[in-house]
Amino acid sequence: MSTLTPVGGSALLPGRPAVSLRSNRPRHGETFVRFLLRVAAILTIVITGGILIALLVPSIEFFRTVSVFDFLFGDRWAPRFADASFGVLPLVTATAWTSGIALLVAIPLGLGAAVFLSEYAKPGLRKVLKPVLEILAGIPTVVFGLFALQFVQATVFRGLFDLDTGAFSVLAAGLVMGVMIVPTIASISEDAMSAVPLSMRQGSAALGANRMQTTVRVVFPAALSGIIAAIVLGVSRAVGETMIVAIAAGGQARIVTGPLEQGQTMTGFIANAALGDSRVGSLEYDTLFAVGLLLFLVTLLFNFISIRFVRRFREIY
Amino acid sequence: MTFLTTGLGAHIRSASIHGKVRGGEHSARSVLFLIALWLCLFVAFGVLLTLIITTLIDGFSRLDSRLVTEYPASAPERAGLRPAILGSIWVIGATALLTIPLGVAAAVHLEEFADRKKWFNRAIELNVQNLAAVPSIVYGLLALGFLALLGVQNKNIVIGGALALGLLVLPVIIISTREALRGVPLEIRQGSLALGATPLQTVWRQTLPASVPGIATGAILGLSRALGEAAPLLVLGALVFVSFDPNGLLSGYTTMPIQIFNWTSRPQAEFHELASAGSILLLLILLAMNGLAIFIRNRYQQRW
Repeated sequence: MSTLTPVGGSALLPGRPAVSLRSNRPRHGETFVRFLLRVAAILTIVITGGILIALLVPSIEFFRTVSVFDFLFGDRWAPRFADASFGVLPLVTATAWTSGIALLVAIPLGLGAAVFLSEYAKPGLRKVLKPVLEILAGIPTVVFGLFALQFVQATVFRGLFDLDTGAFSVLAAGLVMGVMIVPTIASISEDAMSAVPLSMRQGSAALGANRMQTTVRVVFPAALSGIIAAIVLGVSRAVGETMIVAIAAGGQARIVTGPLEQGQTMTGFIANAALGDSRVGSLEYDTLFAVGLLLFLVTLLFNFISIRFVRRFREIY
Repeated sequence: MTFLTTGLGAHIRSASIHGKVRGGEHSARSVLFLIALWLCLFVAFGVLLTLIITTLIDGFSRLDSRLVTEYPASAPERAGLRPAILGSIWVIGATALLTIPLGVAAAVHLEEFADRKKWFNRAIELNVQNLAAVPSIVYGLLALGFLALLGVQNKNIVIGGALALGLLVLPVIIISTREALRGVPLEIRQGSLALGATPLQTVWRQTLPASVPGIATGAILGLSRALGEAAPLLVLGALVFVSFDPNGLLSGYTTMPIQIFNWTSRPQAEFHELASAGSILLLLILLAMNGLAIFIRNRYQQRW
């Protein structure tokens, strides 16, 4: 396969030009394989484009029937009723409630666990806890949903605390979703805190700070962009999570005003409506994609904010 | 901030950092802070432990051979996961075939050949990072739209599910493959090139073989995520009553998480027990896959 001119042979012959190190035979096979690799990489852009087109085309159809204003600011979501109404606010409020509750749980727990793992845990304990955290991050969301419905809502809320709530609530879904997100937030912010150079901790200690002061005033601010990235990614996961809310948050789309009410989120609606056999091109079918587009744009926004912040902390250290 | 410490801290190990001057390690605030941290860890792990224990208690009575040999049925005591397990195997197998070669190829291009100074390659990188965080249900909608575009009437086919899950797993595989490739030292590549190998031969005979453990770990973790995923398949109509063994890429199917979801949404308590038993089985499979990934990483990963 060697494509260089054999050095020994040609150099001994008088009158031959000096050997060039450039290949003098074009490597067609090599060029072709590299072209294939490039195509594979470009395909990822095609996928994003595909998502946009797949969501946009039916959505445009949808917005021919329903005005964008009525969709975004209408407060009644009843796509299957005779007097159909397509105000997405009920879905948005339910998503806001479940995501908000989830983040109230996930941010303190995740950051606490991350600080502990990064700053306090002995290397042995850390070596055990990190893989455990990774495995826990892989628990299927259906299992979390079942847990939220059966244990948190039925056994704890209604059985133990005797709360005034039905079979579903945004609180149960949100709490369990929060626990689901903890490993994500903990893992990324732990990476960020571990990336803070040891010399900064030593400097802080040399100035007389104890470990808590070092953690809170030196390590935490230094890792802030990574921590924010972790939180924003957590928001994005909470907004996009489907199975937990489809199982435990309920199926009625109405404006949610309290944590013990049930509510249908954007993802919950898509999952539920997809169960019915909606014909391609029908308004019902297009509605799925309009809600999907809104969901995609919201998470896209959060993802880009998160990526921006991650880049910043990677650039500093 | 670093100017304070250069040279100064060379002998101080992190384990021995103690502030003695004011507010020592045993001041009330420090102790409270540490207790709060412990509490965070305990609550997080405690809830997850509760999840596993309650699932075990609820499902243990139905964790028997019928669970894997029987077909779904309207009577809970005769219902099982057989077609769902086979469906999961078909879908995940097709996902792996679809996504691993593609993901590795894209990663090799980005890591070994692409010029990072070009905006286009940076755009691809940014795009892969974003794709990794797109909600899974959106991939379901993408596959649904794609099947509609092809004019496929019946959207409940194995290859459709594999398409959605493959797109979902692709960024995970690209990112982990790139990390594995990055772990191979530059000297290996330079040595290979110096011996006259072409860039592609270097990748094929040196860089890729050296990063197989990392790639395998990433692929297994990605596929285990796909195995537990239900939302995109729900959109693709996988919530169906399947009373036959799926037998091909165009066959109808349901998967384990979908069947568990189905049982969860029934009112009878017996079905909830079945759902818990199915969850235990799913968790065991995922645990085995994760264990395999960690084993491969620890056993075969080369330290350079």
